[in-house]
Amino acid sequence: MNWLSNFIRPRIRAVFKKKDSSQDAWLQCPKCNENIFRKDYVEAQRVCPHCDHHGRIGSQERFDALFDNATYTESELPRAPDDPLKFRDKKKYTDRLKEARAKTQKVDAMAVAQGPIGGIETVVAVQDFAFMGGSMGLAIGAAIVVAAKQAIAENAPMVLFSAAGGARMQEGILSLMQMPKTTVAIDMLRDAGLPYIVVLTDPTTGGVTASYAMLGDINMAEPNALIGFAGPRVIENTIGEKLPEGFQRAEYLRDHGMVDMVVHRRALKETLARTLRLLLNRRATDQSEETRESEDNLTASEQSAAS
Amino acid sequence: MVSFLDFEKPIAELEGRIEGLRQMSTDNDAKVADEVLKLEARANQMVRSIYSKLSPWQKTQVARHPDRPHFENYIEELFVDYTELAGDRCFGDDVAILGGLAEFRGRSVVVIGHEKGSDTASRVAHNFGMARPEGYRKAVRLMDLANRFGLPVITLVDTAGAYPGIDAEERGQAEAIARSIECCLRLEVPLIAVIVGEGGSGGAVALASGNKVIMMEHSIYSVISPEGCASILWHSSENAQAAASALKLTAQDLLELEVVDQVIEEPAGGAHRDRAQTIESVGDAIERALESLSELDGAQLKTHRREKFLTIGGLNSV
Ligand SMILES: [Zn+2]
Repeated sequence: MNWLSNFIRPRIRAVFKKKDSSQDAWLQCPKCNENIFRKDYVEAQRVCPHCDHHGRIGSQERFDALFDNATYTESELPRAPDDPLKFRDKKKYTDRLKEARAKTQKVDAMAVAQGPIGGIETVVAVQDFAFMGGSMGLAIGAAIVVAAKQAIAENAPMVLFSAAGGARMQEGILSLMQMPKTTVAIDMLRDAGLPYIVVLTDPTTGGVTASYAMLGDINMAEPNALIGFAGPRVIENTIGEKLPEGFQRAEYLRDHGMVDMVVHRRALKETLARTLRLLLNRRATDQSEETRESEDNLTASEQSAAS
Repeated sequence: MVSFLDFEKPIAELEGRIEGLRQMSTDNDAKVADEVLKLEARANQMVRSIYSKLSPWQKTQVARHPDRPHFENYIEELFVDYTELAGDRCFGDDVAILGGLAEFRGRSVVVIGHEKGSDTASRVAHNFGMARPEGYRKAVRLMDLANRFGLPVITLVDTAGAYPGIDAEERGQAEAIARSIECCLRLEVPLIAVIVGEGGSGGAVALASGNKVIMMEHSIYSVISPEGCASILWHSSENAQAAASALKLTAQDLLELEVVDQVIEEPAGGAHRDRAQTIESVGDAIERALESLSELDGAQLKTHRREKFLTIGGLNSV
């Protein structure tokens, strides 16, 4: 908890005061139903202190926890055209966008920032499930291209956190075309000889998994994250039976060779810093030493999740 | 025996009457022959009229028509010396996707496509054209082969989507599709993709990330099936018609959105009414597409593909 309390607390406190003061001081873990003191929960990056359930986390909190001293610069992203197909189901797509923007204070589901991780300047893209289920449309594709180009221009590695049910249906075929588009972006990184690390978080399914989220040089996943191509309900409807326990969870993917490791959120910064350092053939600096120390403070269960 | 779609009922009735008249006229009954001719003209007129204003949902039905020419028909008519290659060299051979070496109008190519099957037994054998990871990994293997020997790749896309099953997930369906897209995009040989029937989501784009993407007049290409979209957004699959319209999945919509490069006209009444003519026009379109790329070298072909997909939707350039 050291680095977390030292570096992040002031920032988290600010967020906490601004956004959470009107909410209850206590909340209930959706998995184990235990009561959690909200402040503890936020400080623990939304991981339940009782059962280690990893709750969903937004891009700002992710950046704060990941970059050294919570220092980073967010990238400006191109504004995608709203509603290119004039899509309407029970609701107009433009209304769904308005609601999502009001709820999240974001323009779309992907944020990109650059800063040091264990002293290594890194471009990080975070997909935010809170914005229309993180769904992949033109804005996501454009953001990933911007992130990849920035990484290439800065000669920096790229880390991407995926979280989405899949493509954004309201953008029809244009959302499907983000699969090849983002794949081109990843390919450009590879041509530039830069690492691309994916952290798959809960949930990552559909066209997102079947493109940029599975193409990492290294794939990491958060504990118990749902990861797959077809959604569990679609599979159940197709085969007409209940799915086995643990199916399509992070640990299942690791056991089936699809991800390199399952990493507890608290060990993520250190794991990323170490992996980048080794990939880029750099040696530990004072900055990375400090994050390494934080690993020593992990509980045994966290260590094993991180291994 | 042609199978008729629900909106083709008036055509079916008329053609039934023509057939009946033909059987009635024993010898050279001029009156009946005259009547048959008139009715045939009317039937043709009706086919043209109905097919000129198909709704997106009706086009979806035509794209899925069981008598529509599929991979094996194209192979038979357009390719010489087709030599099928099997297996992904990891796990097995998935015949929802077929492919191999062949000669196409005087040049060697690698041809790959979904095969839905043509009767109950073969449909089951080909898993209705819904591939598992092995299918996409076989496609990657064949594309790599084409790349090494400088052969153009032709893909014929016709799938409802990748197979959603436990075994497919277990063996990395998402990764297999992602690698197939990646492979398409890295090729230094031409890749021509033709959506000949259904272009269903990731399972289609895995074979369709090409230099030229061509659609048949009554084919569809979509991020999700109209039924799937309706059940998620309308909470009822009965709204599939509305979903089909909203999704903009027709060849005409995709040409307008600049997602596809060309639309191949189908015979009156759809590809299934005149398979030979359909297959011939597909062959001509592929040949023209290959010719249009003949000036580009390997690196330029790859750049051409990258630019195409980076600029879709008009947001980023290379
Ligand atoms: Zn809990």
